[in-house]
Amino acid sequence: MSNEKFNYLLRLGDSTLILSQRLSEWCGKGPALEEDMALANTALDLLGQARQWLSYAGETDGMGQDEDDLAYLRNADQFANFLLVERPNGSYADTMVRQFFFDAWYHLALQKLVLSKDERIAAIAGKAAKEVRYHLRRSSDLIVRLGDGTPTSRSMIQSAVDELWPFTGEMFEADAIDLAVAEAKIGFDPSSLRSDWLSYVHSVLDEATIKMPNAEAWMQRGGKQGRHTEALSYLLAEMQSLKRAHPGAAW
Amino acid sequence: MTKKEWPLWEIFIRSQHGLAHKHVGSLHAADADMAINNARDVYTRRNEGVSLWVVRSADIVANDPNDREPLFEPAANKVYRHPTFFPMPEEVKHM
Repeated sequence: MSNEKFNYLLRLGDSTLILSQRLSEWCGKGPALEEDMALANTALDLLGQARQWLSYAGETDGMGQDEDDLAYLRNADQFANFLLVERPNGSYADTMVRQFFFDAWYHLALQKLVLSKDERIAAIAGKAAKEVRYHLRRSSDLIVRLGDGTPTSRSMIQSAVDELWPFTGEMFEADAIDLAVAEAKIGFDPSSLRSDWLSYVHSVLDEATIKMPNAEAWMQRGGKQGRHTEALSYLLAEMQSLKRAHPGAAW
Repeated sequence: MTKKEWPLWEIFIRSQHGLAHKHVGSLHAADADMAINNARDVYTRRNEGVSLWVVRSADIVANDPNDREPLFEPAANKVYRHPTFFPMPEEVKHM
């Protein structure tokens, strides 16, 4: 079980870590000062959560790896984040749609994780849920504003939705690890979130006058199993360069 | 493409143990909901238990600085207007 739990915690930690890294790239480049602050806040929330998930993962593993080892010394094929969160920032519309899809999933996921039999997981989820409730409120609000905004902003949101849609299916696909932690009641079966996610996303896209892609469309997969898009290696090369150049240094 | 400048909003916050809302600054937002969201990100740093007021800067009327004398001077030179000549009971914490 400890191996499944380790991998499961890595998935949570990696998705929050990689998305945080992506959002940090926006620092100083947001469309308005207020948006800049909001993205940085979200990035910091997610980084805080990543630290908790990864620290716990390291303890579970018993190999003495801490959060820094896990963040900085693994290669792309050892990362277990969703493909969605590693996608490049693109335009603000692309960034907000990616955020919205993930927030909607993570919000539902945390509702399940607070009920985890593992007290530590339940505690981390309880703290994260408060932050993510706000992330979701904000990203939903912006999807509606931009979708139902000018013709330009509308078409940018629509194409971001179409482009990122194939990366959403993976969030609801259960594999052996998901099923093992669900069985042990420390995690949950991700397929159980799918209908709630679809109906929430549908309601927001509807309000935003955006056409929802076909829920049964073909979906990308592989992130959770370490098979990533080409985007992740570049992200890691930047994120890990200092630690790799000076292994063992303290800061 | 049309680019619209968001109007300015003034932000008032009552902190967890605060008694009154205090003006903390201003920010730009398209409407009141967005101003609340932005105020949360810019000014509260998610301190739990705060109350937020946002008000359009255009809706605030301020006194003319030139009116300072007629408005404030009478208070300063009539000490009997200030109820400071009796001891306050301990129980009355905030006046």
